[in-house]
Amino acid sequence: MSPMEQWISFSTILRKEIRRFMRIWVQTLLPPAITMALYFVIFGQLIGSRIGEMGGFTYMQFVVPGLIMMSVLTNSYSNVVSSFYGAKFQHSVEELLVSPTPNYVILVGYVLGGVARGLAVGFIVTLLSLFFTQLAIHNLAVIIAIVALTSIVFSLAGFINAVFANSFDDISIVPTFVLTPLTYLGGVFYSINLLPEFWQGVSKLNPILYMVNVFRYGVLGVSDIDVVSAFIGVTVFVVVLFIYCLHLLNAGTRLRA
Amino acid sequence: MTTSALTIKNLAKTYGNGFQALKGISLEVQPGDFFALLGPNGAGKSTTIGVICSLVNKTGGEVSIFGKDIDTDFSAAKRLLGVVPQEFNFNQFESVHDVVLNQAGYYGLARGLAKERTEKYLKKLGLWEKRKEASRTLSGGMKRRLMIARALVHEPSLLILDEPTAGVDIELRRSMWEFLEEINAAGTTIILTTHYLEEAESLCRNIAIINQGEIVTNTSMRELLSQLNKEMFILDTKESVAGLPEVEGYGVSQVGEHCLEVEVEKGQSLNELFDQLSKAGVHIVSMRNKANRLEELFVSLVSTNNKEAAQ
Repeated sequence: MSPMEQWISFSTILRKEIRRFMRIWVQTLLPPAITMALYFVIFGQLIGSRIGEMGGFTYMQFVVPGLIMMSVLTNSYSNVVSSFYGAKFQHSVEELLVSPTPNYVILVGYVLGGVARGLAVGFIVTLLSLFFTQLAIHNLAVIIAIVALTSIVFSLAGFINAVFANSFDDISIVPTFVLTPLTYLGGVFYSINLLPEFWQGVSKLNPILYMVNVFRYGVLGVSDIDVVSAFIGVTVFVVVLFIYCLHLLNAGTRLRA
Repeated sequence: MTTSALTIKNLAKTYGNGFQALKGISLEVQPGDFFALLGPNGAGKSTTIGVICSLVNKTGGEVSIFGKDIDTDFSAAKRLLGVVPQEFNFNQFESVHDVVLNQAGYYGLARGLAKERTEKYLKKLGLWEKRKEASRTLSGGMKRRLMIARALVHEPSLLILDEPTAGVDIELRRSMWEFLEEINAAGTTIILTTHYLEEAESLCRNIAIINQGEIVTNTSMRELLSQLNKEMFILDTKESVAGLPEVEGYGVSQVGEHCLEVEVEKGQSLNELFDQLSKAGVHIVSMRNKANRLEELFVSLVSTNNKEAAQ
């Protein structure tokens, strides 16, 4: 395929993905908005007012960046896992597999579909948060870069889950038993400086901690961990996961008999 | 020398559970042909098609489409191929229009051309009025036609149809036959698998029969049918037949009050049969073939192959 044909194929996949989550916005865009609004009310307003300051900011200011990041990563993940598994389940993925579209174009198309939903939800949640607190922007470039990288990492992870899933149960196991605990323990609701040293060390094994803290740095200018090393770590994740996903597609794992 | 539309050399496929679906088959289909690939369930037809369209990883052999190897020149090979699979494999939630339009995009067709082709093939297959409806709402026959429109949108030189008329009513089946004959006449090479053997007999010029992962026969339809040395006829009689008439040289059996079944050897005179029946006081009012001729051959070839395999 020529570069132009590859671009057409890529834009077809991306358009299809965006139209899919827009068509079912009641399932894809509305629930995170409602959930995050509840988080803002309960953790930010009701409980947060009793907690006082965290990291030199009101609890609401501290928790909002983490909650935005939480919605970005969970939605990027669930978009790709549900869309690609759905295509596998209905066998409509065969439309792509029989076509001359190169595997990396298929992967980039699905991943950017996940990124699009992650960003859309992130934008909605950010707008909602403005009803509860004021958001300053410390470093816009850091915000954009970390949101994009995080969204890509979780879209790729969702893709891997979809490839190996054999049933709809399998696509909810990872979000429930892996993603949710890691998110809750990833410094969304607290600073790891509050933890004993041992648990601080354990927390540093959680990749979500780095993403949340870099995003918080972009918004508030504070972070529990070194921003540069966090960026390097997340970028390495992107590269490793991309190569692995491409390997799965090239080998036809769980896609070709 | 003309390049074959499809060349398969020593194609083998063994699945993970050890089942040997294809045992080194070789096959050649010429450009412009209307080719039938027949075989009982589980014979290896769908595996063969799966390998050709790269949905099944082969374990041995080579496949090329118009000289383009599916491994080394996969992009060019896939561009030349259109596939209509046995099972519905489109997104049930997308509109009829989008199913075809997206497929055009996956083949790199520019948006304008993709829309033009989508309209052309949806109209040709009688689905234009349904274009805005979700594909899951279509009837079974319409879903089959949607898959044909989708397979044609990039105008492939080789079209493979895996049981395209399964579960389709007779009227629709015949209109599909006409459509397929039309695109074949326009130059598209067609490979068809079907369980309706009269379909293969009336449409296809060449045929391969596959059984237990091996090609049992690969010849022209005319050549194959000429191997048939017996034919069964059903004769309807004017009056009820009280007892079986004595007819020398023919195997006659009574299958109903007004109905006889006669086995006629190749080259045997039908006039003599009618003479003998007239003398016996049996008046024939109509006559028809008992079974499709190809069906008889198919059953005979497959059962012979099964016996050989068992030995």
